Amino acid sequence: MLTVISFYLLAFVAVAAAFMVVAARNPVHSVMYLILTFFSAAGLFILMGAEFLALLLVMVYVGAVAVLFLFVVMMLDVDFVELKQGFLSYLPIGALVAIVLLLEMIMVGAAYVAGETKTVVVRETGLSNLEAFGRVLYTDYAGVFEAAGFVLLVAMIGAIVLTLREREGVRKQDAMKQMERTKETGMEMVDIEPGQGIG
Amino acid sequence: MVIGLSHYLAVAAILFTIGVFGIFVNRKNVIIILMCVELILLAVNINFVAFSTHMADAAGNNPMAGQVFALFILTVAAAEAAVGLAILVVYFRNRGNIAVENIDLMKG
Repeated sequence: MLTVISFYLLAFVAVAAAFMVVAARNPVHSVMYLILTFFSAAGLFILMGAEFLALLLVMVYVGAVAVLFLFVVMMLDVDFVELKQGFLSYLPIGALVAIVLLLEMIMVGAAYVAGETKTVVVRETGLSNLEAFGRVLYTDYAGVFEAAGFVLLVAMIGAIVLTLREREGVRKQDAMKQMERTKETGMEMVDIEPGQGIG
Repeated sequence: MVIGLSHYLAVAAILFTIGVFGIFVNRKNVIIILMCVELILLAVNINFVAFSTHMADAAGNNPMAGQVFALFILTVAAAEAAVGLAILVVYFRNRGNIAVENIDLMKG
C-alpha cells in the first residue's frame, strides 16, 4: 500500500514538474522544476530497487547538470519575456505531435500488456543493488565503461576549447615571460643630468 | 493493487511526450530545448531501469544490463549538456541572443 501511494505521488510530481519545465515563463524556474523532476525520478528508481542509479541521478543531475544550467541561465543576459513569444502559435502543432506520440506509446503498451498480464517479480539474488551493478559493470561492460570515461573526457575538452577565449587588451601574468627576463632585458642604465629628470 | 512494469512505462511515456512537446513549443529558447532533451533521456532511463528490475527472469544471466545501460545514458546526457551549453555560450557571445529561429542565418 505504501508503495502504491509513493509511486503515485512520485509519478504525479515528476509529470507535473516536467510539464512546468516546458511551461514556466522564467528559465530559472524551469531549471528548478527540472531538479524536482529528477528528484522524483530518483524516488521512482528507489521504488524499483535501483538504489545506486537513483543516487547517481541525484548526484549527476542535481549536483552537476542543473547547476550548469543555472550558471548558463544566469550568465546569459537574455530578454526572457521575448523568448516566450510564439508559445501559443506553436501550441497546436506541438499538441498534435504530443498526442499522436502518446497514443502510439499507449497502444504499444496496451498490446504488450494484453499479451502477457502477469507481473514479473524482481528476482532475489541476495546481492545488494550496488554489488550486483559493480559485478556486471566491471566485467562484461568494462570496455564500454572505458569508452564512457572517454566520452566524458572529450566532452570536457570540447567544452573548454569552445568557451576559452583570448581577450585583447587584458593584462595577464605570463610566467614564462617573467622567468625569461634577465638583468640586461629588464633593466636600463640611464645617466640623468642634474635637475632634468628622464625625458 | 500492485505497481507493475506498465505503471513505470506509462510514467516514462508521459515524460517522453512532454519532452517532445516542449521542443516543439519552445522554438526560441535553446536552454529549454536542452532541458527537454534531458527529460527525454530521463524517460528512456526509467524504461531501462523498469525493464531491468521487473523482467529480471526474462533477461537471462544478466538482469543488471538495463541498469548498466542507464548509467551509460546518464554519462552521455551529462556530456551532451556540457557541450550543448558551451555551444550556447559561444553562440550568445557572437549574436547577443539565443533564438533558435535565427541559427540558420549565415554570418561570415
